[in-house]
Amino acid sequence: MAAVTIEQAFEQAVAAKRRALVPFLMSGFPTRQGFSEALKEAATLADVIEVGVPFSDPLADGPVIQAAAAQALKQGTTLAQTLNDVAGLKAPPIVLMLSINQVLSGGAQNFASRIKAAGVAGAIVPDLPLEESGSLRSEFEAQGLTLLSMLAPTTAPQRMKTIAASAKGFLYLISSAGVTGTRETFPPETLAYVRRVKQLSRAPVCVGFGISKPEHVKQLADADGFIVGSALIKAQSQGRSILEVLQPLSQAL
Amino acid sequence: MTATHAGRFGVFGGRYVPETLMSNMIALEAAFDDARRDAAFQAEVATTLAHFVGRPTPLYHAQRLSAAWGGQVYLKREDLTHTGAHKINNAVGQALLAKRMGKRRIVAETGAGQHGVATAAACARLGLECIVYMGALDCERQRPNVERMRLLGATVHPCEGGSRNLKIAINEAIRDWIANPDSTHYLIGSVVGPHPYPLMVREFQRVIGDEARQQFTRVAPRPDAVIACVGGGSNAMGLFAGFIEDAAVELHGVEAGGSGDATAATLNHGRPGVLHGALSYLLQDAEGQILNTHSVAAGLDYPGVGPEHSFLKDSGRARYHVVGDQEALAAFKELCALEGILPAIESSHALAFARRILADRQGLRVIVNLSGRGDKDLPGLLAKGLV
Repeated sequence: MAAVTIEQAFEQAVAAKRRALVPFLMSGFPTRQGFSEALKEAATLADVIEVGVPFSDPLADGPVIQAAAAQALKQGTTLAQTLNDVAGLKAPPIVLMLSINQVLSGGAQNFASRIKAAGVAGAIVPDLPLEESGSLRSEFEAQGLTLLSMLAPTTAPQRMKTIAASAKGFLYLISSAGVTGTRETFPPETLAYVRRVKQLSRAPVCVGFGISKPEHVKQLADADGFIVGSALIKAQSQGRSILEVLQPLSQAL
Repeated sequence: MTATHAGRFGVFGGRYVPETLMSNMIALEAAFDDARRDAAFQAEVATTLAHFVGRPTPLYHAQRLSAAWGGQVYLKREDLTHTGAHKINNAVGQALLAKRMGKRRIVAETGAGQHGVATAAACARLGLECIVYMGALDCERQRPNVERMRLLGATVHPCEGGSRNLKIAINEAIRDWIANPDSTHYLIGSVVGPHPYPLMVREFQRVIGDEARQQFTRVAPRPDAVIACVGGGSNAMGLFAGFIEDAAVELHGVEAGGSGDATAATLNHGRPGVLHGALSYLLQDAEGQILNTHSVAAGLDYPGVGPEHSFLKDSGRARYHVVGDQEALAAFKELCALEGILPAIESSHALAFARRILADRQGLRVIVNLSGRGDKDLPGLLAKGLV
């Protein structure tokens, strides 16, 4: 079982007077063993780790994560394998990222029991908006799991309030319109949006989509945490260690 | 008509989209509701259908085909519309709606290329920018339509990945919309996708069924059965819409069986799941990964299906059958030879089933939706020696 909850992980970061680091890794990428090694490396610096379970048709992902998912699937990566590979990790807490079809395929209840048994803390399901999330949310609550919510810059003010007020674990803020992948820089409006959401949310607010370097952390300094994905996958596909990306970010936190 | 409750047809449908698109979905739903009630908008659509699209299309009694097959076959001639397929009905409707919403940029997916051509034509007419995503395989096998789209001013993006067909094209169109949510309307070409698309596209296509029902009254109060091919299922929903409330009329949908193990017969071989924003039958593996499909007909080559079809299947109101590549090609040739009409290979699947049902039940009066013309198919089929 995970020794540390998502809430505790953020409390520890706050106590240490720094923002949280949430690396995203794709299960089975670049190989099953490569994923397990990256997981151990990430654990040395991460407050929470997000693990993608590869999907054939990821709509919100850019080319880098799409290619990683395709390669992981080609190598036979499954949910069962992913759960097996993350089960050994005591800390930090793990959240899965996957498509609603992967959740529903074996039944939502079954999914919740399986990830609970593997010690996973919760899940992010990007194609499951608030309105469709009721039944999975109750399954998760029954199992003591966290279903994380997302907000986008396009989210209308009233809806933003509703989502922010009910957020559990941490609130995933999509930095800007578009799929996952590198953004060079963020305009001042992104920081204003982070501040606005922080006022509405009791859960910590983490920014993702395009975060890759310390300048981004400085530009969006008011966020409680940063999610970094494509930049890590890119490093892995070039045969570099993910620590080359994570260490400078970690120092900027 | 099937009721929608929170965008659902029974349990099917819904709105499973990334948060970035939720505002657009809510705005689109409101804009469509508003436009439906606006007489001026409805009049503009009707005028466009009459003078640009060429409606009403004939309901044609195929007498030699009827004699050969042993029944009465009536063809709803959507192949005679401007741009050559039923897709134009929905394209002009949504393009007018997009303009009304102040959107200047249109993205669309296309399989056979008919929806891409229709969208390009509708955008050219309204002065809207048009970007079409098309699987790289489909670009190869429907080459004439790629050239037509470019001539009509559209930018065509060939898409790699998966089976290089319709599914990948929809993925890319949705990703484009996620990147450009404010400027862009996604003009989806079938009764698939998140609410309100399945409902909206059906309403823009129901002119097919409404006309056919009216036209058939010259012959008899009602046909015994109506038949249409189903990929995503827009031509079928358009035809069914005119007859669904008349329980005496059988509704038959025809899926593409492909050849060998490869199939695109979602309702016959799939199980419920979520793809492209809606819960519906889906060709998927045990892990919920979407399967690659294959059919000779690019327009039917899709692992999902419109959620209302899933509802009609489970409720038993409509029945869904499978026709493979060879049987469709045989019907394609027969319509050419007996009636002087070159059908789209997609529509040929519906024709082939009409032949099958008449062989079982002689004397039946059926309407087949001839959803498109086959000019686009000729280079590909000839190159493969299939016709």
